[in-house]
Amino acid sequence: MANILQNLVNALQWGSFYALIALGYSMVYSILMLFNFAHGDIFMVGAYIGFGVATGLVALTSMGAIVLPNWLILVLTIIISMFLTSFVGMLVERIGYRPLRDAPRASAAITGLMIGIILETGNLALLGAQRVSFPPLINSVTYELGGVYITNKKIMIVFVSIGFMIALQLFVTRSKWGMAMRAMAYDYVVVPLMGVSINNIARMTFAIGSALAAVAGILFGIAYPVLDPYMGILFGWKAFVAAILGGRGSIMGATLAGFLLGFIEIFVAMIFPSTLRDLIAYSIVLLILVFRPHGFFGEPYSAKLRL
Amino acid sequence: MDTTKGDALENNVGFWKRIGRRITGIPLLAWILGILAAALVEQWVGYEFAELIGLPKIPVLFGALIVLKKKVWMQSPMMIPSTMLYVFSVYILVIGVVARVLAAPANRAAGGLMKMPLWISVLIHLGIFYTALHIWSDISAYRVITLKLTLIAIMVTLSLNVINGYMGEFSCSHPGFMALGAYAASAVTLIFFTNDRLFGAAVLPASLGPFVFPLALIIGGLVAAIGALVVAIPSFRTRGDYLAIISLAFMFIVKSVIENLEVVGGPRGMGSQPNYADLPTVFVWTVLCIWVINNFVRSILGKALNAVRDDEMAAEAMTVNTRKTKMVAFMFSAFWAGVAGGLFAHVIRFVNPGTFGIQKLAEVLAMVYFGGLNSVYGSILGAVSLNLLGEMLRPLEIFKWIIIPVMLILVMIYRPTGLIAFKDLDVKKLIRPR
Repeated sequence: MANILQNLVNALQWGSFYALIALGYSMVYSILMLFNFAHGDIFMVGAYIGFGVATGLVALTSMGAIVLPNWLILVLTIIISMFLTSFVGMLVERIGYRPLRDAPRASAAITGLMIGIILETGNLALLGAQRVSFPPLINSVTYELGGVYITNKKIMIVFVSIGFMIALQLFVTRSKWGMAMRAMAYDYVVVPLMGVSINNIARMTFAIGSALAAVAGILFGIAYPVLDPYMGILFGWKAFVAAILGGRGSIMGATLAGFLLGFIEIFVAMIFPSTLRDLIAYSIVLLILVFRPHGFFGEPYSAKLRL
Repeated sequence: MDTTKGDALENNVGFWKRIGRRITGIPLLAWILGILAAALVEQWVGYEFAELIGLPKIPVLFGALIVLKKKVWMQSPMMIPSTMLYVFSVYILVIGVVARVLAAPANRAAGGLMKMPLWISVLIHLGIFYTALHIWSDISAYRVITLKLTLIAIMVTLSLNVINGYMGEFSCSHPGFMALGAYAASAVTLIFFTNDRLFGAAVLPASLGPFVFPLALIIGGLVAAIGALVVAIPSFRTRGDYLAIISLAFMFIVKSVIENLEVVGGPRGMGSQPNYADLPTVFVWTVLCIWVINNFVRSILGKALNAVRDDEMAAEAMTVNTRKTKMVAFMFSAFWAGVAGGLFAHVIRFVNPGTFGIQKLAEVLAMVYFGGLNSVYGSILGAVSLNLLGEMLRPLEIFKWIIIPVMLILVMIYRPTGLIAFKDLDVKKLIRPR
């Protein structure tokens, strides 16, 4: 029982990375009907930017230039990295997606893939092949609750990511910008007639998605402090799977599917040998899609949808 | 041509236009003969000529490996002009001059060939072309392997184009099909014809091997085709992004299954396949693949693929059996991907599951979309150009992975469906006299 609860905690942490990244896919999808295949690599860039900011702040503090407690460094790192990474997202949108808005959707998928490769290679060329380690900002404290070990990092990661998801949900449903996004997802043609700029909304969506990916990157760096340029590939594809599984363009669905994927992976590794993890996880995904072809919250294809 | 008018305008047209005017009258036969001549010239005087202009050996891939390698041109800057001179005089000049000189007789010969059955003239063209390729690749083993991998890439790209271009689905499963074909074909040859650490002693005499090899490839293709059912059956109910995920999941599942099967070596892979896939074998299979796929996409069933892509419901109303169409297309495409995988395994003579992952997928997708959707020409162009470019830019190390993606992004922005999209390969038109 304790073992199951322990894995439940691990799965919550693991799933929150997937969910945060899947949100970026899902938002872009809901308004542009395109998948941003560079998103996994934006996650990687976000982690590296977070690494740079955190290292810089730690160095400044240790030199005595500024006096900051560690938690404030973490908060500042998250905010600054979100801000910087959102520019990366906007750049990706401008280069890879805006010129292709009326092209076949697969072409945009290719540019996304290629931008991802450029980001990986650029990182490799700039920083070299050695892995970098994220500075430890939080002293790990372990609590024991009835045989289940929970670190303060895990609690922090799960609560921060759930907090961002709720904030996003509120932003999309309550704010005027969110209303514009929903309108654009609903009807792409009429929205410009209502005086809403498609380009601005698209740019904003990419910025928000990338900022969330940066949060995921920093949280990942806190949990697993070793970063390498190719870390985004696997996470990106798996989060893409989660975004589809949740139903196209559904924020709620992407969150749930992200957590579900985390749970599946952790529990498969608990019960079976860990080499079977991918096999069983993807078989489950395949079965879900066979019996529920539109994901959890997606709507079936219809003539209304732009294809 | 109207000669008087042409002469009067001759001085006013630009350089490129004049070159273009000289080229238009040359039939394919003359170009192939020109390539043959260039290969022969390289074989006869290549070494001497390279020595004369100060190159240590014949430039292997059109000099790209020399020109782009920093260590080489930092030490001896004369290498670059010499290489350019070599490439210009041995390839461009010889091909151009021979093709131009032979244009008139080749036109007459092509006219004669047109009167014969089509397959005879196609065989003659292919025979000459293969001879040229063989002589060209005789210079070094590196050329042979590059050529084989390029030919295999053509097969994979074409088979993916059937799904992604002609049927308009986004299939991510082709590395999985390749893996199935590669493992099945390797298993057949390893069980029957080699003494191997995984499957024990040979069952049949090794001399029989090359004759059974096509059968092994076909078995590989059939295994891949059966695997394709996993993707084809869900495609009845869903399409687009959901099907993309299903095919992606299929790819991961295949990779993971192979990694967990100790019988075929698990993650370590399977090696020491017999050397059956020599250049003529690969060439013949590639030609067969191009021929069959070209006929398939121009048949009624192939047109049904386009109908399913453009509007599934309308196609259904027009009596197209969409289920059968999708099933056949997936299995057909997977068959050829499996055959290509089998050839790949016997060219590299080693397979492991890591080869058939996301990287391979990105590579194949890039070739399809770079070359052009819905077109056989496009697939050939995409596979050949990206494969050769990948080899030629090898000296640039990681910057290769910046240059190639940037190029692809530019192609996608300016020609979103690829370089040569929506173009039929009509053999008669290709080989007719000009």
